[in-house]
Amino acid sequence: MTLLATAFRMVVGLFVDDGSLALSIIVIVLLAWIVANLMTDMPLAAGVVLLAGSLGVLFANTVKAAQR
Amino acid sequence: MIWTTAAPAVTTAFLSSLVEAVEALTIVLAVASVCGWRPAAIGALAGLALLAFIVLALRPLLDRIPLHLLPLVIGVLLLLFGMRWLRKAILRAAGVIALHDEAIAFAAEAEELRDQARPHETRLDWLAGLASFKAVVLEGLEVVFIVIAVGAGRGLLGAASLGALAACLVVVALGFILHRPLTRVPENTLKFAVGVVLSAFGVFWIGEGLSVPWPGEDFAIPVFAALFLVVALSAVVFSRGALDQRI
Repeated sequence: MTLLATAFRMVVGLFVDDGSLALSIIVIVLLAWIVANLMTDMPLAAGVVLLAGSLGVLFANTVKAAQR
Repeated sequence: MIWTTAAPAVTTAFLSSLVEAVEALTIVLAVASVCGWRPAAIGALAGLALLAFIVLALRPLLDRIPLHLLPLVIGVLLLLFGMRWLRKAILRAAGVIALHDEAIAFAAEAEELRDQARPHETRLDWLAGLASFKAVVLEGLEVVFIVIAVGAGRGLLGAASLGALAACLVVVALGFILHRPLTRVPENTLKFAVGVVLSAFGVFWIGEGLSVPWPGEDFAIPVFAALFLVVALSAVVFSRGALDQRI
């Protein structure tokens, strides 16, 4: 069980270092998914949300980390 | 094979493997310097065997993901992974967290092994082998993920694997020749670059999964990478400013 838990932690650690960054990325992906499903006549809108959201999250997260 | 997808995939696999292989080599060299080459080599080979097993086990698992979901799943994982690397590289470049120093990592690992050696003299070879094994598995897992993630979507697994293998061979050869950690490899710059490209790949693949008609199709990847680079460099400048204000 300990070995499994360690392996699980190791795999999660590959993708999640700062919890707030990971959560923000998931929220942006969900937003893009919602936009893609609601605005089917403007499929590029989801891409804009995804790209702008990811860039914004990266910038805000790092600057906030520097301020702490 | 489209070069706009193939070239970044192979280059990313090569550079990320270079970074990870350098970090693994440092630990293996530290183990060898304290306990000799035998446990270091056995641990490293066992680690490589486990990684090969994981790759073989993951293949059927990848085939089980429905084809229409594959870009979305890979994209989300790539974006999480790439932004994690990029965030760390930005904070290191800005001086918020310390740069990774191979010489310090080497000294710390060697010291830890010597400390463990005192009360456990008879088990030293095991401990040394385990340290070497752990280093290869931990660093290698990241390489395995990157190769699969950048290669699986467009049938570039072979090309990405070759890129990763080439980097590992370069690092192992240098390690054999120099017999010391590769302290001159600009690890943070490499991580910065790889983080930028992986994040760009991530956004591209998620978009593909959501049926976003990216203008220029594959040519969108270098454009996304350029945008991530600009934002990341701006984040370094702003983070330095925020750090200065704190001090």
